[in-house]
Amino acid sequence: MSKSPEEVGGFKNHPPIRVVLAKLGLDGHDRGLKVVARMLRDGGMEVVYLGLRQTTETIIDAVEQEDADVVGISMLNAGHLTLGPRMVGALADAGLDVPVVIGGIVPDEDLPALVDAGVAGVLGPGASADEVVACVVAAADSRG
Amino acid sequence: MCRGGRRLPGLIPVSGVVRSVAELVAAARGGERRAVARLLTLVERGGALADEVAERSWSALGGTPDESADGRRAHVIGVTGPPGAGKSTLVAGWMIRLVERGCRPAVLAVDPSSPLTGGAILGDRVRMADATAAGVFIRSIATRGHAGGLALAVPGMVRVLELGGFDPVVVETVGVGQVEVDVASAADTVLVVVTPGMGDAVQANKAGLLEVADLFAVNKSDRPDAADVRRDLELMLDLSGLTGHHREGVNDRPSITSTVATTGVGLGELADATETHLVKLSAAGILGARREERWRSEVRSHLDRLLLDSSHHLVNGLIRGSLMTGDAASYGTSPAAVARGLALLLAEQMTEHLDGVVEDDR
Amino acid sequence: MNDPIENHRFRTLSGVPVDVVYGDGPEPGEFPYTRGVHAEMYRSRLWTMRMFAGFGTATDTNARFRELLAAGGTGLSTAFDMPTLMGRDSDHDWALGEVGRAGVAVDTVEDMADLFAGIDLGAVSTSMTINGPAPILLAMYVVVAEEGGVDREHLSGTLQNDIFKEYQAQKEYIFPPRPSVRLVTDVIRFTAAEMPRWNPVSVSGYHIREAGSTAAQELAFTLANGFAYVEAAVAAGLAIDEFAPRLSFFFNSHLDFFEEVGKFRAARRIWARWMRDRYGATDERSMKLRFHTQTAGVSLTAPQPEVNIARVALQALAGVLGGTQSLHTDSFDEALALPSEDAARIALRTQQVIAHETGVTNVVDPLGGSAYVEWMTDEMERRAEEVFAHLEDLGNGSLLEGVYAGIENGWFVGEIADAAYRYEREVNAGERIVVGVNAFTEGDDPSKRRLLRIGQDTEDLQLKRLAIVKQARDNTAVAETLAQVATDAIEPSTNLMPALINAARARVTVGELVDVLEAKFGTYVERVVV
Repeated sequence: MSKSPEEVGGFKNHPPIRVVLAKLGLDGHDRGLKVVARMLRDGGMEVVYLGLRQTTETIIDAVEQEDADVVGISMLNAGHLTLGPRMVGALADAGLDVPVVIGGIVPDEDLPALVDAGVAGVLGPGASADEVVACVVAAADSRG
Repeated sequence: MCRGGRRLPGLIPVSGVVRSVAELVAAARGGERRAVARLLTLVERGGALADEVAERSWSALGGTPDESADGRRAHVIGVTGPPGAGKSTLVAGWMIRLVERGCRPAVLAVDPSSPLTGGAILGDRVRMADATAAGVFIRSIATRGHAGGLALAVPGMVRVLELGGFDPVVVETVGVGQVEVDVASAADTVLVVVTPGMGDAVQANKAGLLEVADLFAVNKSDRPDAADVRRDLELMLDLSGLTGHHREGVNDRPSITSTVATTGVGLGELADATETHLVKLSAAGILGARREERWRSEVRSHLDRLLLDSSHHLVNGLIRGSLMTGDAASYGTSPAAVARGLALLLAEQMTEHLDGVVEDDR
Repeated sequence: MNDPIENHRFRTLSGVPVDVVYGDGPEPGEFPYTRGVHAEMYRSRLWTMRMFAGFGTATDTNARFRELLAAGGTGLSTAFDMPTLMGRDSDHDWALGEVGRAGVAVDTVEDMADLFAGIDLGAVSTSMTINGPAPILLAMYVVVAEEGGVDREHLSGTLQNDIFKEYQAQKEYIFPPRPSVRLVTDVIRFTAAEMPRWNPVSVSGYHIREAGSTAAQELAFTLANGFAYVEAAVAAGLAIDEFAPRLSFFFNSHLDFFEEVGKFRAARRIWARWMRDRYGATDERSMKLRFHTQTAGVSLTAPQPEVNIARVALQALAGVLGGTQSLHTDSFDEALALPSEDAARIALRTQQVIAHETGVTNVVDPLGGSAYVEWMTDEMERRAEEVFAHLEDLGNGSLLEGVYAGIENGWFVGEIADAAYRYEREVNAGERIVVGVNAFTEGDDPSKRRLLRIGQDTEDLQLKRLAIVKQARDNTAVAETLAQVATDAIEPSTNLMPALINAARARVTVGELVDVLEAKFGTYVERVVV
């Protein structure tokens, strides 16, 4: 099936979802972040890639200036219970209504705490491209 | 696929508050970054809201392509060069110096989109983290994903940044495609960045970058072969009268600044060189002419878009309507002759169609 | 129990006596060492069962070290927390929420002393996984030993100290490549002169593979990095045979069993040939590639984590049949959390089963001579040589310059990212089966999991401890030793190790030392290749 230029690039009716993607904290494992960036790109999204060692402040600057729809943060260092809620809280404090999706090793028993803290989605290792894209779309949809 | 999902921002909640375009424009004029960011999104998306933003920001800026009464027109600088030349790092360090000089710079960083999915990975902010921290406003743009294309979106986005009081406004692109080069060269000052070791000066020549350059930066000039690239550039500039590789309508020889973006060497000089260039343009009366030329070419982009949009739609209709039903489908007539006949029909239909479009705008 | 020379070990379970090696060609222990670096391999000495551990405060990790030694572990391996790996103190802004989480926090020599309290550093071999600030941690280790009465020349162990793979894969870099390599060669020069039993660099493919590379890329990039260090050390004035015998390697053992075995065999052959023929080594020990192996963390799955025990066992077996000198087996729960104590014990037991029950240690290189394994070994070598040729081209004949260029232009990172994405797409498309993930998914029971949790109190304890050390130290000595480090940093021909040791002794922190070096060397920002 061939697509017209509008369908492919113009997004007349469906502008691409803009996602700020970052790794919060010090750990340098960016394989997952990079794979997710490509999955989202291949899902038609615009990924503003911030990469490693971001702070909540640098992420908020980017979300604000890039008018992002979703923030995706990755962490492999067991810091999700500290860093996840802190990211959600920092966005709320800045008055930014932007959902947060977390990627990383998150034990099931921590999910309720993250949901309570307002995290919109959690993606574990091995999440498929479809799951990743669907999770981000659902997060974007959850926005008011 | 996930391309659904996002609704168009008809009414625009920013910080949970619904604001009209007029309110956003007013807030942007007051310097509110979030309002600027949302206006940029609206311009990027195109359509009626983009047109409203364009009109309101144009009149807010004084309604003239030249210097406006309230001094809100920014120095627009295009930066381009081959991939890997270190443009982002260079721009970041240079902007930090401008902040130190009391400026309020903004950067539009253009990255390529995937031709297959329209998605994009925009990575320029990684190398601009220090600039963000220093207060530089940075916006990443994908080459696709705009109704009307990059050439239409970028000038409108530049204007929103001018409205927000940013000056200078830098448009950074990878100088590989004609569109990218054109977008960066629609500026008051065009800087071409090259590096040693990759035959960059020659590549830049091939890519048509010499024709658009007002200034050059030889980045990574701490490398041993930096002198070579500088010499190549000088030689090409010496010959530019013969080869035609130079910017039209300008007699000044482009200056060449040696920089090392990673350590900050030469960035102060680069800031001086771009400021000097603006002053010279202004003194020589070229600045106004350049801005008028940009204004004309923007009018042309809009016109192209309008005509293309309507003709695309109408031509499809004509082909289906006329040719399929057999009215004109006589194989005895040559395709060219059939097309000429249809063109007359098209012209009539377009007048009606465009009447409708312009009517909708009001 | 640990004595490998027991009579029954050279007979099969059924009592059939077996020879030390089968087949023709160069024997194990003979150039080019494809079949192993020792003639008798595990008959004379088993591999070192080196379990990687580190979490919480130094005291917490010390307790884990002692348990591992008591359980029959024969070497220690230290995991540092992220702030330490990045050269930042526990009270740095970046450290918040990360102190003691993914490893142990070390801010000063006092923490290093707690880490090894009650362990005889003259008798145990210690591996420290640290790169950016590696010389600083080595300096602290030397001071702890000397304050405990053990001379540096008696210390045995390994410092990872492999900065190239940080730019290529793991991203725990601090300074730009060239000053970082100067630090690497400072350590090589220092240990060559004063710590004869110490391995100054563990050239590591592990992280390259974890970042998503193929087996051939892991092999090629790692050996290229090794050659680059050799060229850097020679350029720093050392003779090849002065330092090359102490270079060691660290590989990943992944799931494709025969590909892994071929990779290990090819690694030995390539290293031997290059060291002798290109770099002119004459000491056999310079040509013998010795390596540590860790099973592939990235292959562990979160669903049905118990299945990981089987994966780890097979990967460990590939490492052993590939002739590894030491081995870490991953804990089955690592895709869920940091390894729990039970899971770490099962992982060690897995090695013990291979060593003492399977009989694979009776014969050297038992897979040698298999048509498939020999072909795979050749194929791995061929693919690696292609990469070396590319890098040589990039570096105008120098592997060192080629590696620098490949880092600067994003070539390594791009190659790895492409391979990682290719793999993910294959799994996504169902072209590759991952048991329990995209096939055979029934039977997962998350309620049975018992995971290790690190509390907030670790961070509080560590911050208190750091404050106390800072309070008690002599600030004049701190300032003087730091000033000396700054002075030595700008003189590339001066070895920084003595100044770092003096600073460590003065209770200067890791972060303070890194700050001083960063001011002189600059900070590295990578070129983004997604």
